[in-house]
Amino acid sequence: MKTIYERPKALQDTFFKYCGGCGHGIINRIIGELIDEKKCLDDTVMVWPIGCSVYADQYFHADAICALHGRAPAVGTGLKRAEPDKLIIVYQGDGDMVSEGMAEIIHAAIRGEKFSVIFMNNAIYGMTGGQMAPTTLEGQRTTTSPFGRAIENSGYPVNMAEIMAKFPGCVYSERVAVNTPANVAAAKRAINKAFDLQLAGKGLSFVEVLSPCPTGWGLKPVMAQQWVAEKMMPIYPLGVFKNPEVAK
Amino acid sequence: MAKQFLQGNKALAETAIRSGCRIFFGYPITPSSEIPEYYAAQPKERKVTFIQAETEVSAFNMVAGAVAAGRRAMTATSGPGFSLGQEAMSYMTAAGLPAVIVDVMRPGPADGEILASQGDYFQVTKGGGHGDYNVIVLAPYSVQEACDLTRKAFELAEKHGNPVVVLSDSTIAKMCESVELPEEISYKVPTFSGALTGCKDKRHVITTCGDGAAQWEKFNLNLQERFAKIREEEQKWDAVQVEDADVVMVSFGSVARVALETVEIAREHGLKVGLLRPITLWPFPEKAFAGLDGKKFFVVELNAGQMVQDVKLSVKNKDDVSYYGRFGGFTPTPLELYEEICKRYGKGASK
Amino acid sequence: MNEVRIEFDRCKECLYCVTFCPKKVLVPGDKINKQGYYTPVPAHIENCIACATCARMCPDGAISVYKDVDKKEV
Repeated sequence: MKTIYERPKALQDTFFKYCGGCGHGIINRIIGELIDEKKCLDDTVMVWPIGCSVYADQYFHADAICALHGRAPAVGTGLKRAEPDKLIIVYQGDGDMVSEGMAEIIHAAIRGEKFSVIFMNNAIYGMTGGQMAPTTLEGQRTTTSPFGRAIENSGYPVNMAEIMAKFPGCVYSERVAVNTPANVAAAKRAINKAFDLQLAGKGLSFVEVLSPCPTGWGLKPVMAQQWVAEKMMPIYPLGVFKNPEVAK
Repeated sequence: MAKQFLQGNKALAETAIRSGCRIFFGYPITPSSEIPEYYAAQPKERKVTFIQAETEVSAFNMVAGAVAAGRRAMTATSGPGFSLGQEAMSYMTAAGLPAVIVDVMRPGPADGEILASQGDYFQVTKGGGHGDYNVIVLAPYSVQEACDLTRKAFELAEKHGNPVVVLSDSTIAKMCESVELPEEISYKVPTFSGALTGCKDKRHVITTCGDGAAQWEKFNLNLQERFAKIREEEQKWDAVQVEDADVVMVSFGSVARVALETVEIAREHGLKVGLLRPITLWPFPEKAFAGLDGKKFFVVELNAGQMVQDVKLSVKNKDDVSYYGRFGGFTPTPLELYEEICKRYGKGASK
Repeated sequence: MNEVRIEFDRCKECLYCVTFCPKKVLVPGDKINKQGYYTPVPAHIENCIACATCARMCPDGAISVYKDVDKKEV
């Protein structure tokens, strides 16, 4: 028998604490695959956020640090400046990045910090029980927008991939999703590109992932993935917003 | 080694660089800005990494990242910036990161003023951030001591796996004094065994998120053990003419220089006054008060009465402790303090 | 015959593998696992083309896929 696919070796045996169908699980697994393929486990340091992925240090064999809420890009900056040869993966959700840590991610892009950022956008605060996020859609019901997000009170959802693309220091910005096999494959290609750019010493690489939150949205996983396509993609279109110029 | 006439901030920054601390992240704030400026101005050959961070929140967390990687790194700020960094102080202590933070005090609260103050005593010694934790606090009173204690700060941080604050103030920061700078050294990388150097031989994880009450209580008990050890081993103070004194002044930092002169004036007038000068504010030098029962303690600080509380806790009879302070940026004169001593302790004012 | 192995206790019954398999190999299971979920089973494994879509959609990394290289291609 030829092995077509096996659980990545970079992952520990630990069961993921994520809910069934969560986008974190798919992307965590993809990162594991890429670390295996690039054989870079020894030199990878992962910076985890506060959010549903706060325990993800338990899921990988790599060195890891869990930063305080929003601070992952700052901690990543300290790490990458101290150890430029390490592959630093900065992983954040929408509360962590777009709310608490907005200053940190913007200034990391301004400075062009040479690490890879993976932004998990599920339009809600998952870990704390489903509150509104800056990325929550207009009219979307959450525990802090029980009548639906009102633009008048809370403003418009935030498009991070487009914003990051504006900064010269951000060399690559793409938005992907994990709602279909084709999109999962594209997401892996994007994250692979981000890691390659870092290994080539380029500036900040940014991949935004539209991620289903079945529990937060009150939808079964397959329905949640449909919601990503029907509701999120019109507001958060997939695509490349900053093309890297990779010198081969 | 030859002495140089140097400004406090610059001498401190130079000492940090000579101690191998080539990584600095900071946000400009009066009266500490000469420190980031000094780092920024270093020639390429000195291989300094300098980032002017967007906020102190970021700067402190960048320090956390670089220290987590096993390198010496530092930030410098003043009271308002230190307040922003409190979350990171809690974090770095829990994570066991040997970071060095310089706080150059200015008067608060809020935006306040920019001359000398000691109003950060509470916020650096009583935690100030979330949860049960302590950081080592070193309080120099001269430019020379600021250098000596900066060198020591890195050693202490790494010895105990705990952040250390070097607590300066506007006066020490801006004045120029004759200094003998320490020699240039290198240090062993990584600075601690849990540093994130990659998982080739062993995996390293730094996390401060609890995993249930039982695990988290155990985590905290380990922290408390660390603090108990520091309390036992690192209390430091200076005592000047204390043994036969009737009135012991208690002061730290720049105002201790004024207190020293006050001691001389008092002695000239036949009053037995001495000075107890805490050098570590945390751990507070309780041991210094042993055997001083029966004396009067005259606490002088540039705030509304912060260290005085720890003095009261350290002596047998707290009614023997009285406080005098100036705030807003004023530093009392030696004569002012001498007259205060005369007023309080019933001696007639002598000529 | 190709093989699809699902780690029984790791599954959380999201049903992505069942939904996205192009050959409808997998069906919802009827045995409950340690986490309280019904792990799908490759009931129609004879149709499996070892594309590993199931494995690549699985948020828990619970699926392994193996190709039968001795199988004669028709």
